[in-house]
This record gives sequence, structure tokens and C-alpha cells, in this order.
Amino acid sequence: MIRLITNAMGLEFKNPVLTASGTFGFGEEFSEIYDLSKLGGICSKGLTLRERQGNSGIRIWETPMGMINSIGLQNPGVDNFIKYELPRMKSYNTVIAVNLGGHCEEDYFEGIYKLNESDVDLIELNISCPNVKTGGMAFGVKSSVAYNIVSKVKRICKKPLMVKLSPNAESMSEMAIACEEAGADGISLINTIQAMAIDIKKRKPVFDNVYAGLSGPCVKPIALRMVHEAAKNVKIPICGLGGIMTTQDVIEFIMAGATLVQIGTANFIKPDAAIDIIDGLTEFMDREGIDSLDEIRGIV
Amino acid sequence: MKVINSRIIENNLISNKIYKLKVEFAGSIIPGQFFMIKTLDNSFLLPRPISVHDFNQNELTFLYRTEGTGTTKISTMRENDLIQLFGPLGNGFDINELKCKTAIIGGGIGAAPLLYLSKVLGKNADVYLGYKNDVYMDDSFRKYAGNTVVCTEDGCIGEKGFVTDFIDYNNYDAVVTCGPEIMMNKIIESCREHNVKCFASLERRMACGMGVCLGCTVETKDGYKRACKDGPVFSADELRC
Repeated sequence: MIRLITNAMGLEFKNPVLTASGTFGFGEEFSEIYDLSKLGGICSKGLTLRERQGNSGIRIWETPMGMINSIGLQNPGVDNFIKYELPRMKSYNTVIAVNLGGHCEEDYFEGIYKLNESDVDLIELNISCPNVKTGGMAFGVKSSVAYNIVSKVKRICKKPLMVKLSPNAESMSEMAIACEEAGADGISLINTIQAMAIDIKKRKPVFDNVYAGLSGPCVKPIALRMVHEAAKNVKIPICGLGGIMTTQDVIEFIMAGATLVQIGTANFIKPDAAIDIIDGLTEFMDREGIDSLDEIRGIV
Repeated sequence: MKVINSRIIENNLISNKIYKLKVEFAGSIIPGQFFMIKTLDNSFLLPRPISVHDFNQNELTFLYRTEGTGTTKISTMRENDLIQLFGPLGNGFDINELKCKTAIIGGGIGAAPLLYLSKVLGKNADVYLGYKNDVYMDDSFRKYAGNTVVCTEDGCIGEKGFVTDFIDYNNYDAVVTCGPEIMMNKIIESCREHNVKCFASLERRMACGMGVCLGCTVETKDGYKRACKDGPVFSADELRC
């Protein structure tokens, strides 16, 4: 398994496979199914500075080879996370990334100050949340807005900083460049794609919030294209995600230029999917006769 | 809880759109728990939460109604096919709370998770089953229950009327229910009036079944809870209805 060790953002990952935020809780439930130390890392459920109850109404909707979710960032808040979840997560002996969102700049700053003093290994900055102070447009749509928040966060952040990009960005290449110039240590992409569903019997949107986030295998070709586009434009490491279900999907993301990957929706389809995928990576390397994934990274 | 590919022993139509799926499973299960079930192909994405109908010596039985893509696909599976099971999941019924005179009330396919409970509680529990017009699983309940009352809305089989019309709450210390929400809400209301403790097993859309996706929320007096992990069985005291 030494062949799978991946260094990125100043951290050593046992392998390039992490579990994606929002699909793995804080790891506790999955620790009953398999040994989490086998993972490259875990991205926590998306946190906000303060506890959030999440959205009302239907939160999950299945689509052909995908799912739409409207959870609404239900989470215990940064303080409760540090106090009650992080100590256990650290015992899993893998890289612990905290996904942090915010609805104004101050939320991010205060969250970062608290996390700076904690044992987390990596911060994954969620910039897909609407900025309530500027009319609700997400921080991650315009690259100038993203540059502003990322550079300010980077100045105060004492942990490696990976920015999670939204596929709803106006331009993925410009967004990736903006984050790199703002000092991000890495980027992860893609977050869910804004989508909707309609209940034709009720003649109403399925979700109370109308729009919600699409994930799963149906988004993979789009995610792959976006990772490829970002990889051609930046030198910082890219963590690719979006509909990864199999080892082959992971190889495709690595060939497109990803250094790391995250497994998201697949955790719901087969709870031990990440382990199958990691095992598949060494089998792939044996079969192809390669010693390191560096040999194929970004070759496409 | 574990993820396994289990061999199907039988998967047969037993009534209109109602199938009985029996699979191999070794382990221990609390009545009221459920499994996330999926075929091994990619014909649908999310596993379907289906509650345990019966469990006996390595044979696990589910009763389900074909509703959409997932359950329809599951209904095409045959003996000896492998099917993905993840579970057992959820809290299940607290048997210690039901060691008293108990009424088990099921509506339609909602009665499916109550059979294994009836088996565990034995003759101390009476069973009330309500259907529209198609009656099934009543014979199974009769084997275990103290008294079994069957009713249909049109009276074609058993008593005529809604199941809620046939229960004298004064005779019971506890009530357990699963079925259409409108039925369960009425039962919860009656239990509150009669000061009888009541437990309801709820159904929600789910993605993970294990408490991480936060998709299957239930509104309680303490805020949102997860049907999959905090439930599916809730005490009526905590529910906001």
C-alpha cells in the first residue's frame, strides 16, 4: 500500500481516496462497517460557525443515476464539532479535513480562528453558500468574489487550505486560477450541481427551497471535464469528486489531473464502496505495471 | 450492521402488488429494524429501506409493495439471485416498554414490520389490521397474536370500516402502530386522550439509512431527528403531530 501514499498540501495521505463532505457524517457510523484508517482521509459534514437545523420539507430525491439533496447544511456548529466529534475522528488515524461554510465573511473568519486551535489536519472551504450580505449570490460563482474571500481566509488560516469549488462558477478555469492566486493550498471540485425536481401531481417544486444539489454518477462526466479544465490552469493539487463509483472513475480523474479524489454519493449506494475502490487501485497498478499514480496523473 | 450480498430464497407475489422476499441472513435483529436493499446491477441508484417482516433461523423475510423503479426491479429478482443487503438499521421497538397489554395496529403494507414484533410479544398483544379491500398477512399474525381483528374499508373481508373504529384504548397499556400517516395520527391522538403510551414506526425517503445524509428528517419536540437512526420507531410523546 506504500505505492498509494500521496503527498499534497503539506500532508501525507495513505492513499488518494477521501470521503466527501455530507456523505460520511463525522465517520462514526461508517466506523462500524470498516476500519477508517484504510482511507486517505475524511471530509467532515459541512460545518457552519453556529449550529443549523437544516431545511424543511423533502430533502432527498432520486433521479436517473443521481440524487438531489436539499439538506440545508444541518450541522452541530464549529464549537460542538471540536468538542464532541473531532476527538473521535482523530482516533481514526487518517487525515481529517473539516468542511467549513459561511454566509458572510465574518462567519468564515470566526470559524477559522476556532479551527486553527484544534487538531484538524486540513480545512476544506465551502464557497458554494450564498453570501447573505450581497444579495445571496454564492461566494463561488464569480472568481473575483471567490478571490476576495479565499485570500482573506488564507491570511488567517494556520492549516492547509483546500477550497471546494462550485460547478455553478461562471468559469471553472478562472475560478481555479483565482483560488490559486489567493493562496489556496489546493482545490476540490465539484460540489453538487444546482438542479430541481417537480411534483406534477401537486404542480409544485419537490423541494421547499425549489433548487437543490445534484450528485451521483450522472454528474461524473461534467465533474471530470471541470477537473481537467482546472488542472490545465493551476499547479496546486486538485481533489476531484463528482459521481465517483468505481476504481475506473478514480483513474479517470487522476488521468484528468487530480492528485486526490473524494467518494460521495457512492457511500450511500454501497457503504464500503471507498474500500473497494482503494483495493481496486493497487490491482490496477499491478495490472498496468506502474509503481506510482504520478505516472498517469494528468496524462490526458 | 453489515453490507452483504445475500442469496434469495424466495421472492413471490402474495397479493396485489405485494411481494414476499425471503433471503439468507445470519445475525440478530430487533423487531422494527430495517435493511437498505438494492439489486446488484445499476438499474436504480439508491438502496430502498424495507423493514423486517419476520426473522427465523438465518431466514430473513421482507414484505414490500411495488411502488416505483426500485421496488419494481427488486420484484423481478428470482430464487438464488444475489441481492445487496445493508443492515439491520434503526432503533426497532423497545420490547421492555411493551411487556404489558399491548395493541399492535397496522394499516395495509404498514403492518409488515409488526409481524416480527407480534411474534416476540406473543399472546399478550392483540393485533388490529386495516386494509382497503385486499387482505394479506392476517394468517401470519393469527399464529402469534392474542386476538386478531381484520377490517376492510368496504367490508369485503372482516369488519367493515377503518381499523381505528375497532380499538378500545381502555383495554391497553401500550399501542404500537405503523401504516398511513393519517391513520397513525388518529391513533396517536386517541392514545393521548386515553393516556396510553404509543409508539409509531415512520417511513421517510432515505439515501444512506445509517444517519449520515440527514435526508429523512422527522419533526420532533426536540427539533429534527433522523427516521433511519433515531427511529424509525418514535414515541408519540416526542412527535409533533
